[in-house]
Amino acid sequence: MRKYSFIALVALGFAALLNSCGKGEKSASSGALASNAAEKVYVKPGTHDDFYAFVSGGFSGQLSVYGLPSGRLFKVIPVFSQDPEKAYGYNEETKPMLNTSHGFIPWDDAHHPDISQTNGELDGRFVFINGNNTPRIAKIDLTTFETTEIIEIPNSAGNHSSSFVTENTEYVVAGTRFSVPVPQRDMPINEYKGNFKGALSFISVDPEDGGMDIKFQLMMPGFDYDLSHPGRGKSHGWFFFTTYNTEEANTLLEVNASQNDKDFIAAVNWKVIEEYVNNGGGTKMPANYAHNVYDEATHMATSTMKKEVLVVNPIDVPGAVYFLPTPKSPHGCDVDPSGEYIIGNGKLSADLTVHSFTKMLDVIEKKKFDGEAYGIPILKFEDVLAGTVNSGGLGPLHTEFDGKGNAYTTFFISSEVVKWKLDTWEVVDRQPCYYSVGHLMIPGGNSRKPFGKYVMAMNKITKDRYLPTGPEVTQSAQLYDISGEKMELLLDFPTIGEPHYAAGIPADIVKKNSKKIFKLSENKHPHATLNDSEVRVERDGNVVRIYMTMIRSHFNPDNIEGVKVGDKVYFHVTNLEQDYDVPHGISMIGAQTSELLIMPGQTETFVWEPKQVGVWPFYCPDFCSALHQEMQGYVRVSPADSDIELTGTLGE
Amino acid sequence: MKKSGIIMCIGSLLLLGLFAFPLWNIMLGAPQYPIPMGMNIYIDGIQGVEEFDIQNIDGLNHYIGMKTIPKPEEMWEFRVFPMVIGGMAAIGLLLGVLRFMGKISYKWFLGWFIVMAVLGVMGMYDFNVWLTSYGNDLDPHAIMKITKPDGTPMTYKPPLLGFQKMLNFDVTSLPSTGAYMMFVGMLLTVVAFFIGKKESAVMKNKGKNY
Repeated sequence: MRKYSFIALVALGFAALLNSCGKGEKSASSGALASNAAEKVYVKPGTHDDFYAFVSGGFSGQLSVYGLPSGRLFKVIPVFSQDPEKAYGYNEETKPMLNTSHGFIPWDDAHHPDISQTNGELDGRFVFINGNNTPRIAKIDLTTFETTEIIEIPNSAGNHSSSFVTENTEYVVAGTRFSVPVPQRDMPINEYKGNFKGALSFISVDPEDGGMDIKFQLMMPGFDYDLSHPGRGKSHGWFFFTTYNTEEANTLLEVNASQNDKDFIAAVNWKVIEEYVNNGGGTKMPANYAHNVYDEATHMATSTMKKEVLVVNPIDVPGAVYFLPTPKSPHGCDVDPSGEYIIGNGKLSADLTVHSFTKMLDVIEKKKFDGEAYGIPILKFEDVLAGTVNSGGLGPLHTEFDGKGNAYTTFFISSEVVKWKLDTWEVVDRQPCYYSVGHLMIPGGNSRKPFGKYVMAMNKITKDRYLPTGPEVTQSAQLYDISGEKMELLLDFPTIGEPHYAAGIPADIVKKNSKKIFKLSENKHPHATLNDSEVRVERDGNVVRIYMTMIRSHFNPDNIEGVKVGDKVYFHVTNLEQDYDVPHGISMIGAQTSELLIMPGQTETFVWEPKQVGVWPFYCPDFCSALHQEMQGYVRVSPADSDIELTGTLGE
Repeated sequence: MKKSGIIMCIGSLLLLGLFAFPLWNIMLGAPQYPIPMGMNIYIDGIQGVEEFDIQNIDGLNHYIGMKTIPKPEEMWEFRVFPMVIGGMAAIGLLLGVLRFMGKISYKWFLGWFIVMAVLGVMGMYDFNVWLTSYGNDLDPHAIMKITKPDGTPMTYKPPLLGFQKMLNFDVTSLPSTGAYMMFVGMLLTVVAFFIGKKESAVMKNKGKNY
């Protein structure tokens, strides 16, 4: 008995030992994995990230700049929305940027940033982004990281299949999501079918200065044009647009636009249309749209109303447009780096439809048509189909590529990223997203040369993922390592607004071009004060102009007298610094506008209309220097009938 | 004689590097200036290492009441130094040529070197006097008046040579390309002297007196 119990004890002890060994190993290995993920996103203090990610702010209207892999936010670039922090849309210089045919519009819904390309590769000169609501395309200059041009798109609404660039940035393309009467007119809504039009706008980009101009608008049937991508390599010269609502419903679209088993991908041969237009084709149509350009030399924007647009009817140009039937209301329309595969992500299905560009050309040549829609040939579905990806997920939205033969597709409903192989269409990996992912982004992942190290998923819903902040919680981005066979979740990080889509680029391409200051010697602002001897105050009727300078740590002048109630006072303020990272600000008590935040060498203007007699201070809100707190001044405001002489002084 | 003459010519001509390259360089780094600002001191004036460095150094110096960095016309040195260097180079070149033609003794080379060395030391002394006055002659109404632990006013003389910590700034002062060319050139004139001495000894043995 004693003997047995001894053996039993030994056995128990042995078992316990085994058990604890197993546990030890397990926790050690998971610990190692976790720290590995942390290491992969850890960017040591004082060192730089490998990639810039330009993440749209969605309904914030702005464009945020993050570093990858750290997920650190560097800047929010104001694009379509006013930004009191930077005085964008508040100061006199940038107000014209937000002008439209509807007047000043202080907000938009910014969706799809895309980086300029040369030979199908990211060149890092510009980021383009679309405003959905009041259709506009903006251009951000990556030497200053500022919005330098916005062009309004006429005949368009819900500017969603935008703003994607062709291989050499010949065009940035803006397609309408909502079809509308063209030209706009008073008509019954239920006469939509056959009467509304969908405009696809090809905006030429000047190869030298990036200047944008609408080259032509293709007037397509009244479908919804959802997303688009240009051809690459062999398919360069074509542009592909997904459509939904080919039913042309005008009410309860969630049901009525989901009736057709297949909608279309519209394949547009823009080279053919370009030639047609260059030879005098198309019709000039009266229009009214704003073209706003910010000039870096004058530090000012000007807004010009354009009165005409060139319109092309697709059936007038043989070989210009074909329809590729694509199942289940396709959303994303993505072209692989070789340009061979056009992927339609049927958002109401489990499967992805992959069309072959080579087959498409063959079908066009052999005229294997399956009828037509509004005179546009419909290609036979089976004959253009390259393959179907049976994903096992639900609600595919968008696909990007790693340049190593793999594609990555987001699934909104099943909330995951699925990795699959081009050519074999087999699914090789899937990882959950938290939650309901929309777009995903691989740096260069929609170009000929992807940098397939990370994929960033952008999620619409976060629920429990972060500390709660009341009913409204952050949306988020998630970073996965895709350098191995399996994807590995590395990082969650919160974003501004809705991180709708993003464009990523290796930091080395961009950072060397980033400006440090604006040179005073190149400042051509009409109200610049380039040195202290030009400082002055001027009155013309009730308009007072203060030509002011700022340098560490004072304003010149800092005592202003002779301003009267009822005056309109322009502060034209120039930052005389020529040192990196020494901005100054100015803010005036009671001014019904934002502060100014002025970079070295720059001139900005705010307007103050004093309503009360008194002595009112102004100060620098940017902590510029050790004597920042001393950077202040006063304006004496006298009654409207006073005759005090207008003076501006410093140190007297 | 030919050899020593040629080396003397090369040595003298190396002085002309001072017309193209800076004599001295002073760099100022600080926590706020991870990319340091710098001054290149040429024989005919002071320039910023980057376009706006001088302006930015002056901007910071106004806090402690230092005078602005002198423009060429504000210091006689920037008129005289080019003449001295140009003159010495010309004289050295002339001596080298004469020696090459067999007209003069090698001992002239040592004479040239001694004159040049004396002028160099005087130049350094003058430079140090300027640095001292620049660092001590402060505006009494300066924004920041800082005292040393012993209660005397803080002064801001940059080091003549080497590294010094001044308030938040790390100051490094070193000879630059032009100076190194001058040092090599002067060394070559000494080499020319010894080679010339050897040449003359050989000649003497052959019965010729030089």
